[in-house]
Amino acid sequence: MPAPISAGTSLVTARERALAVLGGEPDDATLRRYLHGIAGVDAVGLEQRAAALGTRSIKTTSKSWALDRIISLIDLTTLEGADTPGKVRSLVAKAMNPDPADATTPRVAAVCVYGDMVPSAIDALGGAHGDPDDGGIAVAAVATAFPSGRASLDVKLADTAEAVAAGADEIDMVIDRGAFLAGRYGLVFDQIAAVKEACRRPDGTSASLKVILETGELVTYDNVRRASWLSILAGGDFIKTSTGKVQPAATLPVTLLMLEVVRDWHLMTGQRIGVKPAGGIRSSKDAIKYLVTVAETAGEEWLQPHLFRFGASSLLNDVLLQRQKTTSGHYSGADYVTID
Amino acid sequence: MSRLAVPKTYKLYIGGAFPRSESGRTYEVVSASGAFLANAAKASRKDARDAVVAARAAVAGWGGATAYNRGQVLYRIAELLEGRRAQFVAEIEEAEGVTRAVASAQVDEAIDRWVWYAGWADKFAQVAGNANPVAGPYFNISVPEPTGVVAVIVPQDSSLLGFVSTVAPALVAGNAVVAVASERFPLSAISLAEVLATSDVPKGVVNVLTGSPAEIAPWLASHADVNALDLVGAGDLDWISLEIEAADTLKRVLRPEQGPDAAAPALGRISAFTETKTVWHTKSLR
Repeated sequence: MPAPISAGTSLVTARERALAVLGGEPDDATLRRYLHGIAGVDAVGLEQRAAALGTRSIKTTSKSWALDRIISLIDLTTLEGADTPGKVRSLVAKAMNPDPADATTPRVAAVCVYGDMVPSAIDALGGAHGDPDDGGIAVAAVATAFPSGRASLDVKLADTAEAVAAGADEIDMVIDRGAFLAGRYGLVFDQIAAVKEACRRPDGTSASLKVILETGELVTYDNVRRASWLSILAGGDFIKTSTGKVQPAATLPVTLLMLEVVRDWHLMTGQRIGVKPAGGIRSSKDAIKYLVTVAETAGEEWLQPHLFRFGASSLLNDVLLQRQKTTSGHYSGADYVTID
Repeated sequence: MSRLAVPKTYKLYIGGAFPRSESGRTYEVVSASGAFLANAAKASRKDARDAVVAARAAVAGWGGATAYNRGQVLYRIAELLEGRRAQFVAEIEEAEGVTRAVASAQVDEAIDRWVWYAGWADKFAQVAGNANPVAGPYFNISVPEPTGVVAVIVPQDSSLLGFVSTVAPALVAGNAVVAVASERFPLSAISLAEVLATSDVPKGVVNVLTGSPAEIAPWLASHADVNALDLVGAGDLDWISLEIEAADTLKRVLRPEQGPDAAAPALGRISAFTETKTVWHTKSLR
């Protein structure tokens, strides 16, 4: 049964699918039985596998391809208390034209901002605003009391609805880690499902929902695997590692683990879920390791903007420096890329 | 019972650590008579790149330190060098095949030069800077500031003195240095790096690469994040090409010098790697 892909997932279908997979209503007891029934993670094996995937040597034309692909998979992000419309405009300018000295540089997939900055981002994007699969740049907004998620459900839903109404194409929500760690899986499920509902637009379409697990606070790999399943069951279109505000943020083993869940879900239901590592990926070398991991785990078809993203800010400059090195033949320096 | 000697493996000095070459390559360093002395790392272009990254990260801290503080740190290195005199003398004797007296003289001269340059740290701005007369009620002051990352091809015909004579002046103004050591006599440069690592010099301020200058120099000359290039020891290389490549990114370049007077102590070696900043400030009109 091939299911619809990405943002268009029907809510009814998602809920029905969850019921079918779980074999009952998604309450604490049923979810606990299901999530704790998933086999535990072999932590040593996982880290070894991730380390092995990181040793691939990607050179010459493969490297050039990888660098361009990384750029086109970046959610260029600014999530600071000090963000201003001007800062967002300069971020958008960089997203549209990452390397002003080289017009062949691809655009990034999206810009990721706080909800109140969505109008500024859309304004600055103008005609470039669109689906990254069609060459446009999407606007992603963090919502649901990012980054802590410590607010009432009403506040989280209002936060989400406001961003969607302002024109956000993608919503990055945080799960309630406190509730998850306390074993209240039903509450987490309901919140994700409610936020998914709040992503609906009046015309019946829906903003894509990225669910941030904040793996740095989940402590164990077992928890990460359970939270991944929970988020997908509740209707997330993407699962995202981190807010970037907590250390450790994205790591290769955690991303590998989430990719394995996404792969298993695809085998089980035919539906493709996206993965977004965010925070702490600063060098091209690291980013290439992620590309290898995606291709070897979920498959190369995942290396497109609607199935894989990097949440990053400083990564782009390093990729541009590497790209300049590849085209010019000599090492470049920070003076030759824009300051964020 | 006789004891097996434990030969030392000399590694690179990058960002305050002693890594092997990223390439895994080493080369044999031999004495004047051809006897094996040690294995030294043969740096690759990626080691050079890493060294530039480390140097760039160190510029703000070192260049931002007060001139007095830099002077104190540099004096301290001279003190540590003095404490290791015997090691350097023995190394130079073996490597260059000279007498103890000649080796001692080289070490003495190196330490004295280091002290000489350390003394300039809080004095050269008074000489190289200026209060300019202007037609208005303003102070107009020019001060030398560090240019940034300086790549040095050190003199190839000496173990210690050439290294000291080129690295010390670049440090005085607050630059960070990537030094390519003498290919034939690299051991003292790494021993000096061990002194630097245990002194107060912040990591990344001095980085030492050993290996083939002919291989590494072009990458440093064309590197866009290197601000200046000291080719004093590049006389045997195609240094004109290096100078042309350096011009592409507007680097300051010092040309090769040969003979015993190469890189002789001079204020010019300090001011060569500075940028002049001129500021205006209003005078009080009462």
